[in-house]
Amino acid sequence: MRTPQAARRKDRLLRANMEEALGSPRAEGAAPEVAMATEPVAVESAAPSLVDRYFTRWYKADVKGKPCEDHCILQHSNRICVITLAESHPVLQSGKTIKSISYQISTNCSRLQNKVSGKFKRGAQFLTELAPLCKIYCSDGEEYTISSCVRGRLMEVNENILHKPSILQEKPATEGYIAVVLPKFEESKSITEGLLTQKQYEEVVVKRSNATTATS
Amino acid sequence: MFPLTEGNKHVAQLLFSTGTCPRCIFRFCGVDFHAPYKLSYEELFNELQKFLKTEKGELILEVPNPPPKKIRLHELEDGIDGTDNQSQNGEGRVSIIEGGSIAFKSSSPNVCNVCLGILQEFCEKEFIKKVCQKVEASGFEFTNLVFSVSFPPQLSVREHAAWLLVKQEMGKQSLSLGRNDIVQLKEAYKWITHPLFSEELGVPIDGKSLFEVSVVFAHPETVEDCHFLRAICPDCFKPAKNKQSVFTRMAVMKALNKINEEDFRKQFPCPPNSPKAVCSVLEMECAHGAVFVAGRYNKYSRNLPQTPWIIDGERKLESSVEELISDHLLTVFKAESFNFSSSGREDVDVRTLGNGRPFAIELVNPHRVHFTSQEIKELQQKINSSSNKIQVRDLQLVTREAIGHMKEGEEEKTKTYSALIWTNKAIRKEDIEFLNDMKDLKIDQKTPLRVLHRRPLAVRNRIIHSMETCYVDEHHFRLQLKTQAGTYIKEFVHGDFGRTKPNIGSLMNVTADILELDVESVDVDWPPALDD
Repeated sequence: MRTPQAARRKDRLLRANMEEALGSPRAEGAAPEVAMATEPVAVESAAPSLVDRYFTRWYKADVKGKPCEDHCILQHSNRICVITLAESHPVLQSGKTIKSISYQISTNCSRLQNKVSGKFKRGAQFLTELAPLCKIYCSDGEEYTISSCVRGRLMEVNENILHKPSILQEKPATEGYIAVVLPKFEESKSITEGLLTQKQYEEVVVKRSNATTATS
Repeated sequence: MFPLTEGNKHVAQLLFSTGTCPRCIFRFCGVDFHAPYKLSYEELFNELQKFLKTEKGELILEVPNPPPKKIRLHELEDGIDGTDNQSQNGEGRVSIIEGGSIAFKSSSPNVCNVCLGILQEFCEKEFIKKVCQKVEASGFEFTNLVFSVSFPPQLSVREHAAWLLVKQEMGKQSLSLGRNDIVQLKEAYKWITHPLFSEELGVPIDGKSLFEVSVVFAHPETVEDCHFLRAICPDCFKPAKNKQSVFTRMAVMKALNKINEEDFRKQFPCPPNSPKAVCSVLEMECAHGAVFVAGRYNKYSRNLPQTPWIIDGERKLESSVEELISDHLLTVFKAESFNFSSSGREDVDVRTLGNGRPFAIELVNPHRVHFTSQEIKELQQKINSSSNKIQVRDLQLVTREAIGHMKEGEEEKTKTYSALIWTNKAIRKEDIEFLNDMKDLKIDQKTPLRVLHRRPLAVRNRIIHSMETCYVDEHHFRLQLKTQAGTYIKEFVHGDFGRTKPNIGSLMNVTADILELDVESVDVDWPPALDD
């Protein structure tokens, strides 16, 4: 079922206005998260998706200089970031089969060992923008490293894709997420400075396809 | 009848000659019935003088170093503003100094070297009347009161010194005097003042009363009397963060118990010296203990937070459940502030239907506390007619203990919800029927992403006790659920990136989302339902 673009955009604006209010997670009483339509929705149009409602999409293209290895960072209004693959990432293109996924990024470090405790998430592995999260091994021999793209504490990595890698390809923006990162409170706005907006990302993709058609 | 006998004469003489007042003398002579203390100071002074006359009619009245009357008055008048009414018989008179504290000028008797005036002017009718005036002016409603009084710590030091002196004197007659043979200052003070308060305010004194009248005395002149104790028992006087001075009453008492007589006498005069002025009143306050109002609230708005939503000083959404209820209570109870708590809570965009959610409000320092059930009913109506976003029922006064019942509900009791669910794939009636048959479905919920910034990361095991579906159309259906307390319903529907398992989406093999959520019932049977 296709959703009318207009209805979705209008709802997103309404949501964005309310979500802006959730700037400071440490404010007293800043608990309520606005999630849903405030009026009964007409049967024909669906409400914006879960991601549309809560998150802002940011992109990093050609991560670590590797062409088309684009990542999509979903930034929640409460500053938590979910690291996912952008639609243009090679792993998500048709024909690719994932053989296995590993969170062992070096001999001494496995993202699976990450343990956080308490409200302040002590003990978490600290990530910089280029920190590797996982390695994806494909049946055609290709190997892809997924990077954090944001600075912050690693909350968790998605163990579901370890057991069933196809989820990553079927639902890259939700169940197939890679990791959850909590940026420092002071950096919550600045982390997106090096990232592309949805619009900017779309332009990059268009430029790429023009370039390839030009050369072909 | 004068309470002292021949046997007390030596001690009484000694104390009197060193500047101790009659009531303190009684205390050190073990006079433990109330009546003598209640006589007027003037009368007691005269009776005591008579008692101490020798057979030859001479007054044994050695008052070492008494400053001549003229100079003393002069000293007292320095730095004191205010009206001066010289009363005819030279009794102590009251004047108000800047800042509202009260000072007594005493012209004939010395300021007692033990009680510093506490059992002289400060237990008499005139002072009590002043306190009662303040109580009445404060506008509290009360049917009894508890009177709490606080004395400066140096009084304990002086008491100790006087005890050593008297013990020594009695030792000469081979008599012993334990600390417990002496009547406590505070006790005697209360014997005298309690009936005066009752008479003046027309209510009984009750130790359990919620209405407290408190008076704090200080004596700046002798503040350093205690300091020598720190050198001898330093571990009694460790500085703590919230104490202004290390020399608290408790600390001083502790040190006095430890110190030996010789060391004490080296550092502090026995008998204590006579001070120049009486104590001053540092604080005179009254306050009422908190009262609790409970009830259940319904929330009909999808745009109302439970508590005020303020970021960086800016209010993001108008009003809140707690303000809509509490503001009226604050006014009617004339309270200073409130604390709102409830048995769980719902999101801004979730309605609370059915019987509503139990809540309790603590009203801090209420000035008005007595309400008939009719008045409470009217208060409830007032709240209900002033807003259509919330409604309140079963509003009633409850005790502090009762709050426990409410919080019990938060952890233990079940809740029922109604959700409007959207699916990406088209569904038929038959596709949702299987949900009706699922009983006590176990789910594992990782801390939802939307609260992960302020909650620890953990996995919560919860139970969906039962579900009931109602087909709406190809992409929508309503779901009634009865769940364990603490279940995140929204995440159970959309799956929260697969972090709640199983979820409606995974059970139906679709992508599901939640459009609307209502709380249908909070299954706590408290507060007791009232028939309106």
